[in-house]
Amino acid sequence: MQKRWVPTPIEIAKKPDYILSGHRLCAGCAAPIIVKLTLKAIPNPENTILVNATGCLEVATTIFPYTAWKRPWIHNAFENAAATASGVVAAFKALKKKGLWKDEEPTIIVFGGDGGTYDIGLQSLSGAIERGHKFVYVLYDNEAYMNTGIQRSGSTPFAAATTTSPAGKVIPGKPEWKKPIGFIVAAHMNAYVATVNPFYWQDFVMKVRKAIDYDGPAFIHAISACDRGWRFEPSLAMRISKLATDTCLHPLWEFDPETREYRITGQSLYLAKNPDKIVPVEEYLKLQGRFRHLFRPVRRDDLIKTIQNRIRKEWNYLLKLAGFKS
Amino acid sequence: MLKEEVVGQEERLLNGDEAAAWAAYHVEPDVVAAYPITPQTIIVERFSEFVADGLVRTEFVSVESEHSAMSACVGAAAAGGRAFTATAANGLQLMNEILYIASTLRLPIVMAIANRAVSGPINIHCDHTDAMNVRDAGWVMLFCEDAQEVYDTIIQAFKIAENPNVLLPVMVSFDGFLISHTAQKVKVFKDPSVVREKFLGGPRKPAKIKLMGHEVELSLNPKNPIPVTFGPLDLYDYYFEHKRQQSLAMQNAYEVVKEVHEEYARLSGRRYGDGVTVPYRLEDAEIAVVAMGSAPGTMRYVIDEMRDEGIKIGLLRIRLFRPFPYRDIIEKLRNVKVVGVFDRAQDQGMMGGPLFLETRAALYELESRPKVVNYVFGLGGRDAPPEMFREAFDELVGINKGTIKPFIRKYIGVRE
Repeated sequence: MQKRWVPTPIEIAKKPDYILSGHRLCAGCAAPIIVKLTLKAIPNPENTILVNATGCLEVATTIFPYTAWKRPWIHNAFENAAATASGVVAAFKALKKKGLWKDEEPTIIVFGGDGGTYDIGLQSLSGAIERGHKFVYVLYDNEAYMNTGIQRSGSTPFAAATTTSPAGKVIPGKPEWKKPIGFIVAAHMNAYVATVNPFYWQDFVMKVRKAIDYDGPAFIHAISACDRGWRFEPSLAMRISKLATDTCLHPLWEFDPETREYRITGQSLYLAKNPDKIVPVEEYLKLQGRFRHLFRPVRRDDLIKTIQNRIRKEWNYLLKLAGFKS
Repeated sequence: MLKEEVVGQEERLLNGDEAAAWAAYHVEPDVVAAYPITPQTIIVERFSEFVADGLVRTEFVSVESEHSAMSACVGAAAAGGRAFTATAANGLQLMNEILYIASTLRLPIVMAIANRAVSGPINIHCDHTDAMNVRDAGWVMLFCEDAQEVYDTIIQAFKIAENPNVLLPVMVSFDGFLISHTAQKVKVFKDPSVVREKFLGGPRKPAKIKLMGHEVELSLNPKNPIPVTFGPLDLYDYYFEHKRQQSLAMQNAYEVVKEVHEEYARLSGRRYGDGVTVPYRLEDAEIAVVAMGSAPGTMRYVIDEMRDEGIKIGLLRIRLFRPFPYRDIIEKLRNVKVVGVFDRAQDQGMMGGPLFLETRAALYELESRPKVVNYVFGLGGRDAPPEMFREAFDELVGINKGTIKPFIRKYIGVRE
């Protein structure tokens, strides 16, 4: 790993944007913030190529004949962003070998949503990581198929109501738990993996920089608040994002494949040292319409407790992985 | 006619798959992304040996599925590289979604297909159902008769695909096992630079387009003055125009296939008809047989036998299936009385096999039309011996004489 880069807000603000305004993502959507932060962390943005899986980000930024992308960008299909990136990486490697590309090989950044990553694209992602192609895969995780109208995905949290896991009279939202995608990717043992939160922007950009510097595949898991799907006022996006980490629902950590170490970072490191500052999950749940049925018409203390217990269990697991004594 | 300058070649004992691998070796694509599937596997095995021995500088991407093979080829070709892959049967079906995207993004990818029956039931042997299932995916499709033609056609395919008036992916088919696993003497160029430099003109040069007043390379090249967005959302206000442009490119491919075939013939000394169709003893024929793949070899043997008996029968082998050479079919079969179209592909719920339907539709243009009947044969690798064809050809003779009533379709070589 190279010398630690600690950017100031001014440094970040001064960097040019490579996703331009005028795109049609919803007000209150965290995805374009995630994209902006990612691209601001790149040391050589002029030598960067972007790959995008099908999803909100893709459809809302490229309605022909317009494009919001000021970098070379390719969308192929839903489940194959990582495989497409493999091809781009391989082509530049060959062109370089043949002396047809004189510069450094371009930085390849992939953006995929949770549907394209947890579910339909998991095979292609796993294959590309196993093969060791050097690219940074940024998962913007809004926890459902938002582009098609809020259907349940492998990322949708327990008890969340979606259009295919509705809160019914018998079944109160999604009965299953969220798939631990970060650990699954880390288990490949050759990828730098980190969770990030756009609210904690400094931790975010530092990890993206580490991901780019790592000589191999890297995976960044960003929680991506979605006002349409999570049912909240657009102005609350960053507050809800913050709570995702402050409740330990989306803790900030990284996995270093060189040392095989898990490290808890940023705000989560602070919470690990100050457990009394951890916010009860109810504060997060009650702001979102997708969890309304946990509070109305009758308060479901049983379900809220189940969620809180699960978070405690997973947080303790992470603390153990990162070498904290519980 | 330009001067023919046949250049140095050497004979090697190669099966169809190896011939495909040798063609890829001589082209030296930037990326080969492939997944093993019988009967194509030898292609990627041989090619990975060329990589391991340092004979090519190609990046061999050993993907985890055919879907990813085609996806990686899309990424590689969009990056400006030459991309090649190979598959068969179920692998081709798994790629289907990305085949349409590859052609729509106008990426000159080349793919070899060792034609194999599609599951289910699972079967590893030859028929053309796999390729027929993707016949509307916007790929130029060529069918080869033997291993020599496989080598020659894969090299030609890159030049066809990269022609700025085409810019479409090209699929080169040959019969699984019958060709893929059958060794024959194949002439290959002694010096790969004949293929790479002399024929293909050096590395791929992506097409130039105008974008916001700038000339840019149609690729992901970060050096472009205006970066290119590949694969945007394209709704009712532009989609139709883009599909229309694509169909024009497909029409353009027809002449380009002929030109490239002729240009290659001048280097190699080998021709396959005019590159589009390959007629055999059709000049004065009253009866014509239409087929693709390796069966025409057996058919020519039967035709010679019948010609010796004074029967006026000939063969039209279809080499180019997409774009479909309907004008050639009309011209070449204008004067025949009976046409038997032989489909080595399934016809579930259709009026007949795909080759039959399009041949018959082409001949509908004629004022006085021949009788056109369909034979479905050889599914799942079922043997197609000369006697079977002789029996069918005799039936065509009967239809011509009026002793046998014409029919739409028959299945031959099957237990009914």
